[in-house]
Amino acid sequence: MSTSAIKTHSRKAYLESKQRAARRNMILYGVLVAFALVAPVIFYPVFLMKVLCFALFAIAFNLLLGYVGLLSFGHAAFLATGGYTTGYLLTTYSGFSPEMAIIIATSAATLLGFAFGVVAIRRQGIYFAMITLALAQLVFFFYLQSPFTRGEDGMHGIPRGTLLGFIDLQNNLAMYYFVLAVFIFGFALVQRIVHSPYGHVLKAIKENEPRAISLGYNVDRYKLVAFTISAALAGLAGSVKTIVFQLASLTDAHWHMSGEVILMTLVGGVGTLLGPVIGATFVISLEHQLAQSPVGDWVDVILGVIFILCVLMFRAGFVGEFQKFYKKNFK
Amino acid sequence: MSMIFGVPIAVLSGQLLLGLINGAFYALLSLGLAVIFGLLKIINFAHGAFYMLGALCTVVLFNTLGINYWVALFLAPLIVGTLGILIEYFLLRKIANEDHIYSLLLTFGVALVIQGVLTNIYGVSGMRYAIPEVFRGGVNLGFMFLPYYRAWVIVAALVVCFGTWFMIEKTKLGSYLRAGTENSKLMQAFGINVPLLVSLTYGFGVMLAAFAGVLAAPIYSVNPVMGGNILIIVFAVVVIGGMGSIVGSIFTGLAMGIIEGLTKVFYPEASSTVIFLVMVIVLLVRPAGLFGKEA
Repeated sequence: MSTSAIKTHSRKAYLESKQRAARRNMILYGVLVAFALVAPVIFYPVFLMKVLCFALFAIAFNLLLGYVGLLSFGHAAFLATGGYTTGYLLTTYSGFSPEMAIIIATSAATLLGFAFGVVAIRRQGIYFAMITLALAQLVFFFYLQSPFTRGEDGMHGIPRGTLLGFIDLQNNLAMYYFVLAVFIFGFALVQRIVHSPYGHVLKAIKENEPRAISLGYNVDRYKLVAFTISAALAGLAGSVKTIVFQLASLTDAHWHMSGEVILMTLVGGVGTLLGPVIGATFVISLEHQLAQSPVGDWVDVILGVIFILCVLMFRAGFVGEFQKFYKKNFK
Repeated sequence: MSMIFGVPIAVLSGQLLLGLINGAFYALLSLGLAVIFGLLKIINFAHGAFYMLGALCTVVLFNTLGINYWVALFLAPLIVGTLGILIEYFLLRKIANEDHIYSLLLTFGVALVIQGVLTNIYGVSGMRYAIPEVFRGGVNLGFMFLPYYRAWVIVAALVVCFGTWFMIEKTKLGSYLRAGTENSKLMQAFGINVPLLVSLTYGFGVMLAAFAGVLAAPIYSVNPVMGGNILIIVFAVVVIGGMGSIVGSIFTGLAMGIIEGLTKVFYPEASSTVIFLVMVIVLLVRPAGLFGKEA
């Protein structure tokens, strides 16, 4: 067999395996969407919406950590910016349409993300984490002192409004399907980015930055765009979350929140598409259960212990470990 | 009353003193971070928690065993430092070869656990600790009143900072430490026990944090969450100074404290954010930090 024949053959096999994987994923996603559509029959819709909002937040975060290798410790700033902007618009102007509020809030988070990015991508590794953390603290103090956020009290009773002028979001079921639609949009976007040529460059940067630079890629610009998209999606999550719970508070801006989204991503599986979704579901459900149990005060300690255990022996997360297990036993 | 820039000198110098004291804490904490970073290449997210443990230890030692300030000044760092060594030995060592991001996350988890456990035991309301007898009162310098304890904090912090600098730059042990920072594999080949050195270094960095905590106990409100916010400021200080030099982290810490103090006089609204703004400017102008080497 000539070398070109081998090449054609292996290329064909490669494409076929890719197609098989794509088909398998389509089936998996189909099942998950079907489940999400009927889920409100089984679970309380508000709980499901909380899970979806945090899952979107974690997906946004994972785009950076999982696919560019940048650990942001400041994503709470974008979540809070999305939330506060939405809250401000919906409470100040009566009858303001929620879709407009979401668009403006997401744009605000995008701008903030761009500004963060310009400053933070000047350093790498742990410095990047420290810088994003410090910038987010700056934003936290801004929200703490600004009168419009009502400081420590937060904004309450934000009206949900009427979507597109005819869907009353006061109805929890209508709200749920809207949140689900937003979530699927966010997931599909990240899925698209990750599999695009742009996404492959991001992964190249993650694996070997000097090599990506020597290949002629403007690494800083790729990072900045990724950071901005990630911030935009985090802002979108914050905006929708504010409409769901009708409140925006400093909890969202606190560095604790940045830590929580890291935990969600880590538990679920860094650098996998479904990982952050599963991680968010796990963490939110756990917090939900613990809050009603006698050990409610120990939530932080339990989260900390999970953090430590994850880092010590479960670094690939649920999805990553499953993939490893699958590859070892079924391939 | 004499004025400078429309501000009474007494107010200005009072805030400068407060700034200098905050700066002394920033310097001690960022010094500890820098020492740990040098050999272990990790950012110790639990540093704030160890600072808090130092302060809390002092209060608890006094309340339960009646142990006085001077003994606590040695005992508390020793206790907390031992805890640090245990954490290094049983947790951090296990992931020493992984990406450094994981050790950051691990120490974050440790901080959550320490802070969470103590919050459940002691609550978040502040505990008081009396200023030791010798340092009650103060001296009138003519332009301002200088409480003795505050003067002591500055002197003690500077002495410890200088001692650390001297040990690292001028002694045999320090030369091992610096060699380990450059190339730990080669040093191991020369027959120096690197794992032990790593443990001791981590313990020493933690001790510095705990020592700062003891100094802080009589002047700040002691509670389990006191370490969180100061840690983020210290991170910003570290970014501003760069991890390049020991002297750099001491100088940056003090300077940032003073800048913070001055902001309190001239534009109080920005006093909690000014250090972060300085960080942004430094990053835009000189990304490696004021004392950092271009990586």
